[in-house]
Amino acid sequence: MSKHHVTTTINGEPMEYLCEAQQTMLDVLRDELGLTGSKEGCSSGDCGACTIICDGNIVCSCLMLGVEAEGREITTIEGIARGDELHPVQQKFLEHAALQCGFCTPGLIVAAKALLDTTLNPTEEEARYWLAGNLCRCTGYDKILRAVMDAASVLRAEAGR
Amino acid sequence: MPRVNYEAPTSVDDAVKVLAGAGGLAKVLSGGTDLLVQLRSGRLKPETIVDIKRIPGMIGIREEGDFFLIGAATPGVMLSSHAALEHAWPGIVEGADLIGSTQVQGRCSLAGNLCNASPAADSVPAVIAARTTVVIVGPNGKREAPAESICTGPGRTSLAKGEFIVEFKIPKPKPHQCDSYLRFIPRTEMDIAVVGCGTNVTLDANGVCTDARVVLGAVAPTTVIVEDAAKALIGHKLDEATLAALDKAAQAACKPISDKRGTIEYRTKVAGVLARRTAAIAFERAAQR
Repeated sequence: MSKHHVTTTINGEPMEYLCEAQQTMLDVLRDELGLTGSKEGCSSGDCGACTIICDGNIVCSCLMLGVEAEGREITTIEGIARGDELHPVQQKFLEHAALQCGFCTPGLIVAAKALLDTTLNPTEEEARYWLAGNLCRCTGYDKILRAVMDAASVLRAEAGR
Repeated sequence: MPRVNYEAPTSVDDAVKVLAGAGGLAKVLSGGTDLLVQLRSGRLKPETIVDIKRIPGMIGIREEGDFFLIGAATPGVMLSSHAALEHAWPGIVEGADLIGSTQVQGRCSLAGNLCNASPAADSVPAVIAARTTVVIVGPNGKREAPAESICTGPGRTSLAKGEFIVEFKIPKPKPHQCDSYLRFIPRTEMDIAVVGCGTNVTLDANGVCTDARVVLGAVAPTTVIVEDAAKALIGHKLDEATLAALDKAAQAACKPISDKRGTIEYRTKVAGVLARRTAAIAFERAAQR
């Protein structure tokens, strides 16, 4: 079976790769492109550890085929920082110690960043529902929510609101 | 995952050719939030996957005359952000929005939810309650069918080899017509319905129901249109006697299984409760327009 040639954009960079039809986007990111920030937790779309942004929407990269990325714009955890500077969501996860084992962290940061791309004023309830597809078995979520809400306030200040 | 062929046709005709010509099992891929899970678990062993998202019209919502036309692969996030659809049919949007997480909403589609043919599918009851038809293409051309005719049992559909759904045709509401959908789960998010109920009512100027459809999910092998529940509503205002008759009719229509999510008795009882609650919401919404 021949491989598929895919041309796409990942973290702002044009990217080409070969993959087999049954390889998920997560397989491609980790095994073909060396982008191992996205984690494989459940491989059934339940845990959110593999969350990426595809054309503006967050998706589980384990529930997307690598071939489907053709012509799309993909952002992974590796593309969240602002150059050498951490994104406010990343910075606040550090400051609030919103992680323990860290396995869920990339997915949570990508999902939280996408939330704050859609609104700078989420209520805590909105943030909880938005992040309901990201499971964390260590923290109990409290520190994560604090980090996300604090990052929102930083982004509001940056936007002058 | 097991090896599979992947095709991404750019026209409906090409998609039909691939689906009809496949030697083994060919599966349509829209959002993949069920398909890829089933592929990985080995429950499905397709020879070919046909991604329909490159076909023009498969993603998007448009209004044409008295209908909303929703492309088969339109992701949930586009439904919940479509102001006109949400205003017209809040129940349909509520149901679709309950499917999975934010991540799943980025991919999951009405056609996938319908054709996956789970009796617990959250978007299906309100879609059927609105008397939606689906547009199907196949080797014999194009046909339309009521949404309720698609699912014939858990995991089984009435679609013939080579056929797939291209769009949902949802009639716009008449004056004083509205809907609602509720599902019961033991937690607040991220679960599969113990029972789901979509109710769609039309009222006259005095608040008397002139038309209704009550549709239950997760209480039988397929979604159930409860004719007697509609009869209990039509000709009545929503008083306690009407609600009691509705409750009784909903419970009588249940043929559920007992499983880890609920027993037969529990599901039956909850079906009556959800019929009452969805009717109350739908009546209130309909009266306000």
